[in-house]
Amino acid sequence: MATIPLEIDNTQDDPRHRAPLVTGDHDLGTLTETVSRVAEAPRAPLAWYVAFTISAGLTIMLGGLIGYLIMTGVGVWGVNNPVAWGFAIINFVFWVGIGHAGTLISAILFLFRQHWRTGINRFAEAMTIFAVICAGMFPGIHVGRAWLAYWMFPLPNQMAMWPQFRSPLLWDVFAVGTYFTVSLLFWYVGLIPDLATFRDRAKTRVKQIVYGIFALGWNGSMRHWHRYERAYLILAALATPLVLSVHSVVSFDFAVAQLPGWHTTIFPPYFVAGAIFSGFGMVVTLAVPARELFGLKHIITMRHLDNMNKIILATGSIVGYAYSIEFFIAWYGAIPEERFAFISRAFGPYAWAYWIMFSCNAFVPQLFWFRKIRTSIPAMFIISLLVNVGMWFERYVIVVTSLSSDFLPSSWGPYVPTWVDAAMLVGSFGLFFTFFLLFCRYLPMVAMAEVKAVMPHTLKRSAHGDGHAGGAA
Amino acid sequence: MSQTVAAPSAPARTRSDSETRLAGMLVSFEEPGPLMGAAARMKEAGYTRWDVHTPYPIHGLDTAMGVRPTILPWIVFVAGLTGALSGIFLQYWTNATDARNFTFLPTNLQGYDYLISGKPFYSFPANIPVIFELTVLFSALAAVFGMLALNGLPTFHRSLFRSRAFQRVTDDHFFVSVDASDPIFDESTTGGLLAELGGSDVMRVEEPVVQPGMPRWLMAAGVIFACVTLIPLVVIAKARVSKSTEPRIHIWQDMDNQPRYKGQMQNAAFADERAMRPTVVGTVARGDLDALGTDRHRLEGLVDDQWATVFPESLRVTSAFMERGRRQFGIFCAPCHGLDGRGNGAVPARNPDGGREGWAGWVQPTSLHDQSVRDRAVGHLFNSITNGIRTMPPYRDQIEPDDRWAIVAYIRALQKASQADWNEVPAAARQELERRSGKRGND
Ligand code: HEC
Repeated sequence: MATIPLEIDNTQDDPRHRAPLVTGDHDLGTLTETVSRVAEAPRAPLAWYVAFTISAGLTIMLGGLIGYLIMTGVGVWGVNNPVAWGFAIINFVFWVGIGHAGTLISAILFLFRQHWRTGINRFAEAMTIFAVICAGMFPGIHVGRAWLAYWMFPLPNQMAMWPQFRSPLLWDVFAVGTYFTVSLLFWYVGLIPDLATFRDRAKTRVKQIVYGIFALGWNGSMRHWHRYERAYLILAALATPLVLSVHSVVSFDFAVAQLPGWHTTIFPPYFVAGAIFSGFGMVVTLAVPARELFGLKHIITMRHLDNMNKIILATGSIVGYAYSIEFFIAWYGAIPEERFAFISRAFGPYAWAYWIMFSCNAFVPQLFWFRKIRTSIPAMFIISLLVNVGMWFERYVIVVTSLSSDFLPSSWGPYVPTWVDAAMLVGSFGLFFTFFLLFCRYLPMVAMAEVKAVMPHTLKRSAHGDGHAGGAA
Repeated sequence: MSQTVAAPSAPARTRSDSETRLAGMLVSFEEPGPLMGAAARMKEAGYTRWDVHTPYPIHGLDTAMGVRPTILPWIVFVAGLTGALSGIFLQYWTNATDARNFTFLPTNLQGYDYLISGKPFYSFPANIPVIFELTVLFSALAAVFGMLALNGLPTFHRSLFRSRAFQRVTDDHFFVSVDASDPIFDESTTGGLLAELGGSDVMRVEEPVVQPGMPRWLMAAGVIFACVTLIPLVVIAKARVSKSTEPRIHIWQDMDNQPRYKGQMQNAAFADERAMRPTVVGTVARGDLDALGTDRHRLEGLVDDQWATVFPESLRVTSAFMERGRRQFGIFCAPCHGLDGRGNGAVPARNPDGGREGWAGWVQPTSLHDQSVRDRAVGHLFNSITNGIRTMPPYRDQIEPDDRWAIVAYIRALQKASQADWNEVPAAARQELERRSGKRGND
């Protein structure tokens, strides 16, 4: 078996030989070994413990703050009239957006037969699920009386009342709920064969039983694979329109309202592009340290990172275009309130936030035009962080500027977040990373079965030799 | 059945735990290469209970094995359709049905016309997102659970799992297995065939004749756990059928109980520490003016303890005064009594059949043109507004005394108008009336 050196440059497609997706001297066995070792090691790397302690601490703080919020009331936040949405909704939209990359990688790239997705799809999907958990939490506590959050669902109740189905806020409940369920199913279906690997390699009885229960008795039967691949393809076909619908529906929360700066038809596509943009930013932020820490450089190769950076560049440009066209339409539409809203965004009291957003999202990713920067680990890490910052500020700008100064100058008012707002944002990162670190430690971080199907020698030897071997699973 | 299965004649009870029987056979491969040919040969040989096991799906192998395409897509299609229809039904039912047509259902299941900004009750465009989401949700659930069900998963117990070598199927080895229950299974011929497939080792899969049952303690723990989980349900069920004098447990206060001062309580905010404040000198408390008896004619409609038959002297019945009465009547009385006072306002119009089941207390507003009302003294009419009469509620808190008199004057005018003689109509109004009735071509 030809050895593929780790240093090989697989970021360019040379027609003479296929750029390998997995580098290094890997066969099926060593691949299983590399991925499983992470979870089987008796001790995690020290960095893991440090990171886990910090994020678990932040999660506990978040729990305490939620308790404080519920006991005292939403007054502990900076929300008030006229800015009644504040950090809670900003964080909600931010986290839902992050979640989009996972499904995009697992579903859309799957349909497009982008084999490179297999190296990163597992943890991108995991990231989706954790991000949606963080997102779902915020509207739940933002309703004020959180114990009545179940009113959002059409459940028969003693008041004989039903939800109002013509409201985008209710569509949100259905969109985010469906999105979470489908992402979870997608993730779990992908996990089944790999959990079986963990079961079969387990050294202790407890691990064997626990992984065994979740592996459902998987035995690699080809008859099972047949239906499994069908199910996976169907899920991908379902998740693709779903992922586009979710952020469209989230954007309806704004676009259906009459507020200047919100009431625009560009919102759905612009939100979806922004969501994918921020999601890939987060995947790069996570992938860079994870591949370093857990020795996965052969599997999450420079080519993967390079491809993701290209997507960041593309979606970042779409977002930048959307910002500009919004401005143009505000001028062209000749509605004074609309014009005012945009001018005050860029030059008013929240101009600082606007320009953070604009430069992080529209300008900074343009650096990815350069191959040097696209393939430089420190550069891409910093840019991905800036993308996350920029996208958070995008939601801040949208929510705060439009609400704080709408049609009626007499009802204008500023928004001043409190320490609870800020601490809860930080706490939600704690929650996210706690889940993510647990996932890295106890579950297969890379979709082994899928990567095996696209390994260089598998592709070569694949029964039909058509290079399409094992698209699924 | 295989000939080599452990002697079936031995009675089950005497079989020792270590006795095993052949459950199937297995051959392993280190490379996927020979699998295609192997699959074709197994199929040719006529086996039915056999399988190929691989660490990742190999395309084309399923066709070589003769696996028929799965019906999963159809299951998903039906589920998706169900999702779409439930989305339509759910929204139609909860937001666009008339509850009155479904009184036979429990109230909390009835839907109702949900009016939002005067938009149509059922507006399809606004319902599309939820229909879409439910379609996807149902389809995805069907895809996953359908796949698991068709694959017979979860199945935790398999004889194959007893083979240590087979554990590498999830790592880097490939296997062909045949189950001993296959009709044409025979240890020697099947073994021979497997050996020819191009794999490395042919292995026997043994399983104990007596399968160990579930441990006793686990069963006991399961039963106890199941019983314990029933306790909350029993408590809830009991609470639903029994009465209690205690107030309900109030976990979420919801501002239901707020601190406040009641009569006779102490309040340190005042020098005299009385929570109940004495009236301020020189003021009349709300409602006390009538009781003071200062102007009983104007405020109570009484003259010498009899219903006043004339309007109070302080009021002058002018056309402005009548106009005031007309407007107040339109605001406060017309909803029930109708603009013309015949008792046919908007409220009774909602009750055209004179009473619904369960609404036994319904009373039609009196027509103000009834002889009985005509005969009332103005003071009595005034009092009916002030304090209400029989089932009609009082309006003293909403209508100023002088306005009540204005309404009374207007009622009198209405009564007069409905029985007026043609000659009593002023000439100017007469012309107008003729013009209108002429246009309509009747009267
Ligand atoms: C909520 C509906 C409602 C409104 C509003 C209402 N009424 Fe009545 N009214 C009634 C009903 C019902 C009766 C018959 C009560 C009964 O017979 O028990 C009645 C009876 C009367 C009578 C007959 C009393 C009698 O002498 O038998 C008069 C006069 C009268 N209303 C005047 C008024 C005037 C003036 C107003 C406006 C200030 C008014 N009502 C507003 C429902 C209403």
